[in-house]
Amino acid sequence: MATHAPIADAVQEAAPRRYWLEVLHDWVTTVDHKKIGLMYIGYALIFMLIGGFQALLMRIQLAVPNNTFVSPQVYNRLFTMHGTTMVFFVGMPILFGFGNYLVPLMIGARDMAFPRLNAFSFWVSAFAGILLYFSYLGGSGLYGAGTAPDVSWFAYAPLTARVFSPGHSTDYWTLAVFLSGIGSIGTAVNIVATAVCMRCPGMKLTRMPLLVWLYTVMSGLVFVAVSPLTAAQIMLLLDRYLGSHFFDTQAGGSAILWIHFFWIFGHPEVYVLVLPAFAFANEIIPVFSRKAIFGYPAMVAASVGIGFISLSVWAHHMFTVGMTSGANTFFTLSTMAVSVPTGIKIFNWLATMWGGKIHFTTSMKFAVGFLFQFLIAGLTGIMLAVSPFDWQVHNTYFVIAHFHYVLVGSILFMIFSAFYYWYPKMTGRMLSEKLGTVHFWLFLIGFHVTFDTMHFPGLLGMPRHIYTYQVDRGWGTLNMIVSSGAIFQAIAILVFVYNMVNSYFRGRMAGPDPWDAWTLEWAVPSPPPHYNFAVTPVVESRRPLWDLKHPDDPDSQYE
Amino acid sequence: MPVASAASLLATWDSTQTSMFSPQATPAHLILGLSRLMLAVTGGIFIVVAGLLTYVCVRYRHRKSGPNAIQEPQQIYGSTQIELSWTVIPILIVVMLFLATARIIFATQDAPKPANALDVTVIGHQFWWEYRYPKLGIITANELHIPVSDPKHPTPTYLTITSADTDHSFWVPRLAGKVDAIPNRINSMWIDPQQAGLYLGQCNQYCGTQHALMLLRVYADTPEQFTAWVKHEQQPAVADPSAAEGRQIFQHNACISCHSVGGSAATGRFGPDLTHFASRSTLASGSVPLTSANVRAFVNNPGYFKPGVLMPPMHLNPHDLDAVTAYLMTLK
Amino acid sequence: MSEAAFINSNADVPWVMPSRGIVGMCCLIIAEASIFIIFIAAYVYYLGKSLTGPKPHEVLELPIFTSICLLSSSATVHFAVSALEHGKRSLATLWLAATVLLGGIFLAGTAHEWYQLIYEHGLTIRTNLFGTTFYSLVGLHASHVIVGLVMLTVALIFSLTGGLTTRHINRLEVLSLYWHFVDAVWVVVFLVVYVLGRNA
Repeated sequence: MATHAPIADAVQEAAPRRYWLEVLHDWVTTVDHKKIGLMYIGYALIFMLIGGFQALLMRIQLAVPNNTFVSPQVYNRLFTMHGTTMVFFVGMPILFGFGNYLVPLMIGARDMAFPRLNAFSFWVSAFAGILLYFSYLGGSGLYGAGTAPDVSWFAYAPLTARVFSPGHSTDYWTLAVFLSGIGSIGTAVNIVATAVCMRCPGMKLTRMPLLVWLYTVMSGLVFVAVSPLTAAQIMLLLDRYLGSHFFDTQAGGSAILWIHFFWIFGHPEVYVLVLPAFAFANEIIPVFSRKAIFGYPAMVAASVGIGFISLSVWAHHMFTVGMTSGANTFFTLSTMAVSVPTGIKIFNWLATMWGGKIHFTTSMKFAVGFLFQFLIAGLTGIMLAVSPFDWQVHNTYFVIAHFHYVLVGSILFMIFSAFYYWYPKMTGRMLSEKLGTVHFWLFLIGFHVTFDTMHFPGLLGMPRHIYTYQVDRGWGTLNMIVSSGAIFQAIAILVFVYNMVNSYFRGRMAGPDPWDAWTLEWAVPSPPPHYNFAVTPVVESRRPLWDLKHPDDPDSQYE
Repeated sequence: MPVASAASLLATWDSTQTSMFSPQATPAHLILGLSRLMLAVTGGIFIVVAGLLTYVCVRYRHRKSGPNAIQEPQQIYGSTQIELSWTVIPILIVVMLFLATARIIFATQDAPKPANALDVTVIGHQFWWEYRYPKLGIITANELHIPVSDPKHPTPTYLTITSADTDHSFWVPRLAGKVDAIPNRINSMWIDPQQAGLYLGQCNQYCGTQHALMLLRVYADTPEQFTAWVKHEQQPAVADPSAAEGRQIFQHNACISCHSVGGSAATGRFGPDLTHFASRSTLASGSVPLTSANVRAFVNNPGYFKPGVLMPPMHLNPHDLDAVTAYLMTLK
Repeated sequence: MSEAAFINSNADVPWVMPSRGIVGMCCLIIAEASIFIIFIAAYVYYLGKSLTGPKPHEVLELPIFTSICLLSSSATVHFAVSALEHGKRSLATLWLAATVLLGGIFLAGTAHEWYQLIYEHGLTIRTNLFGTTFYSLVGLHASHVIVGLVMLTVALIFSLTGGLTTRHINRLEVLSLYWHFVDAVWVVVFLVVYVLGRNA
C-alpha cells in the first residue's frame, strides 16, 4: 500500500516554488471542493473566536448583579452579534465546510456537482459575515456613531421597525443574514445534486455512507427552512424602506406573523445544524468501536423522519404568545414526537459500541462526550416540550442552557471529534493526541461548570437578554459560577488552535488511512490529489475498505 | 446533570422571590405538579441511558494486551426485535407524558371565568407597565394591586394583556406562567394568589435597551387592604397647596405631554400615570426605591438609573428640580 | 492502496445517474416555492384586515388574457425542447421566440395593471395591508418572470446564431423546468389573489 501515487509525487517535486501571490490567486479562484471546504472551515474558526470573545464579555458583565462592565446598549449588541455570528457565520460554514470536503470523497466523485456554484456560495457567505461586522463602522444611528444590530438574533417585529430601530444597524443584520441564506441554499443544492447524481458505480442509495445521507437530508431542510427566513427578511426590508405594513401593527399588521415566519425557519435551522453532527457520529463511532453502525436502515429512516417532523414543531418557541389550547397541544405533541427518532439514533450508537473494542482516541472522547451531552440536551428538550413547564421557563436561562447543551455540548463536541478524525486526511499530519487530551478535559470541565449550572437561574426566574439583574433575586452566586466556566473553555480553545497550527508543521505523517477506517475517503492519499480518485472506484457494499481488508468476511454478504 | 437531584437542590431555594418551585396561585401549582412528573420521567430515562453508556465505555474498552487484541470484534448489523422495542417504548412514554400535559394545558388556558373575577388590563410599554381597572375607573402604573384569593371561595384576577409598542411578556413565576404582551393582539391569563404579600417578576420578552429593568411588582392585598387601595386610587390627585410652585413648573414643562395627574391639566398617556405616584414603593418600573433623593435624581437624569430609558432629562435648574420633586412627593 | 483494486462484478449493468441539472433545478424550485408559500401565507392571513384603502374586489380585474399567454408559454417552451430533441433547430428557435413573446405580453400586462392600480385607484405598497401583500406577491412572481425571460432570450439568441444544438438539450430542459415552475406559481397566485381572495 503506497502512501502516494508515484507520478503525482514526481510532478510535485519537479514544480518550482510558487509566489505567495500565485498561491493566493489559486485559493481565491478555486472551484475545488476541498479547498472551498477548508476556506469555509478556516473562516468559521475565525468567527468562532470572535463570537466566543463576545460571550466572554457577556459573562463578565453578568458575573455579579448590577454590574457596569458594559453599558446596556453594548450588552444588547453583544448578545445579538454573538447569536447571529455563531449560528450563521460559525455553525453553518463549518458544517458546510466539512460537507463540501467529505461528500464527494465519500461517494467516489471528483468534485461537487456544480463547482462554480460552490465557489459562489462560499464567497457570498464570506461577504455576508464581513457585512455584518461592518455594521460596527457603518451602522449609523441618529447620533452618527457606528452601531451593530441590537435586536437579538431573532429580531422580533415590531422592535425591528424603523420607528423602534432607527439607523441602519438592523439593515446590516437583515442583509448579512439574507446573503448567508443565499450561500446556504446554493451549497445545499450542490450537496443534494452531488449525492443523487454523482455516486460511483455500485454505490446505490442503500450503500451510501450515512454522512452523505444526513447531509442530503440537512440540505433538503435548508431548502424549506432558510427560504421562509429569506421571505421574512424581504418583508422586513420592504417595511423599513418602502413603507409596507407586513409587521406594522399600527396599520393592522401582525407582530405574530414575524414570529411564526422566523420560527418556521428557526426550528428546522437547529436540525440543519445538528444533522451534520449526527453525520460525523455515524462515521466516527463505528470506526473507534471497530464495528459497523448498528441498524443502518433505521438510521436512514430516523434521519429522514427527524427532517420531516422538525418542520411541524416550530411553535414550541411560541407557547407564550397566546395561541389557543388546541394549537399549544398540537405543538406539544409534535415536539415530543420528534424525540422518538432522535432517541432511536442514540440507542443505535450505543448498540454500535456494545460488543465492540472502543479506542478512546481524542476523536472518540469527544464523540462519547457528545453522546452523553446530547442525551441531556434531548431530555431538557422534552421538558421544554411540556408547554406548561415552558410557560415558566420560556426565554429564561433554562432555555439558553438547553440550546447551548445542543450547540456546544453536542454539535461543537462532534465538530471537535470530526477535526481530530479528518485533520489527518486534510493535511497529511496527525494532531497531537497529548494536546488533544488536554483540550478535551479542559473543555469538558469548563462546559459542565458553565452549562450545568446555567439551568438553575432559569428555573429561579432569570430571563434572557438582560444586561444586569437585581441583587435580591438570588442569582448572583450561580451567575458567578457560570461565568467562571467560560475561562476553562477559552483556554481549551487556545490549546486546540495551537494544536492545529503546530501539527500542520510538526505533526506525525498520517498516511492515507491512519484510523484503519472503511469509507472511500481513506482510499486516497492524505491530503488527496486535486482529482481525488485516479480511477473511479466501484463498490459492492457500505464499507468498501472493510471488504478489501476482510475478503473472507465482506459486508456485501450481509446486505 | 442528574435532574432527579436538581429538585432537592432547588428546595433550598424555595424562598427566592421568583422561583417556580414555590407557587402561590393555582396556575403555578398546576405547572409545578406537572413538572414534577416530567422531571421524574426524564430523570428516569437519563439514569437508564447514561448508565448504559457508562457501562459500555467501561466494559468494551479496547485492551491493548490480551489474546484477541488485534482481532476485530464480531460485526452486528442490526436486530429488528431490539430496534422495535426501543421504538415502541419511547412512543408509549411520549403518549403518557403528552396526555398528562394536555390535561394541564386545558385546565389552565380554558378555565371558566367566575362572575366575581376582577378584570385588569395590562399594557406593556417601553419600559414600564400600565394597569387599568375598567370597572373601577382606575389607571395606574408599575405596581399591580389585586385581591388575595381564598381557595374555598376563589376571587381570581383576570388579566387582559397587550402592548402599546414592541413585544413584552408578563411573568410573575410564583403566580403563573408567562403570557406575552403583543401590540395589536389581546392575550389573557388569570391568577389567584393564595397568600397576601408581594410577588416579583419582570418583563420576559426583549423589548429594547431597558428590557432588563422593566420589573413587575404584584401586591396580593387582603380584602380590607384592597378595598382601601381601590378607594384611594379612585380619588383625584392630592392638591397640596405647599406644592403649588412645583405643580406650576410640572404643568409648564413638557411633563404633561407624557404623564397624567388625575384632576389636573396633565393628561399625557405616553408615560406612567402619576396621580398616586408617591404612594408606590418604587419608581422606574420597580427598579429604584421611591425616596425623595431618588425621585430628584431620576427627574434630573432618568438615564442615571436606566440608561436608554425613553424619558429625556428635563434640564431643570436645581431650584425647579427641588420644587418638582416636592410636588411629586405630595402625590400620594 | 491502488484504487483500481476494487472488485467490479457488475460491469455489464450500466450505471446511470440522474441529470445534475434537473436535480439541481428541482432543489432550487423547492426553495423558491417555500419563499412563495410564505408570501402567499401573508397574503391570505391579511385578507380582510386592511384598516383603510381600496379592497381587492374594488380594484382587481381578472387578468384572463395575460394568464392565458403565460400558461401557453409553458406549452411553447415544451415544444421548443421537443423540437431540439428531434434535431429540428429552426423549429426550436420558433417556439423559443413564441415563449419569449408570450412571457413579454404577460409582463407588459402586469405593468399595465400596476399602472392603473397606482394612478387610477391610488393603491401602492404602502396604502394598506392589501397593497403591501398584493404588490410583494405579484412583484416577486414578476421578478421571477423577468429572470426567466432573460434566460430564455439568451437561449433564443444562441438559437438564432446557430449555437443551440442537440448537445444542449439537457440545459434547455432545465431552463424549461424553471419556466414551468414560474407558470405553476402563477396558477396559485391567480387563484389566491384574483379568485378566492377577491371578496375579502
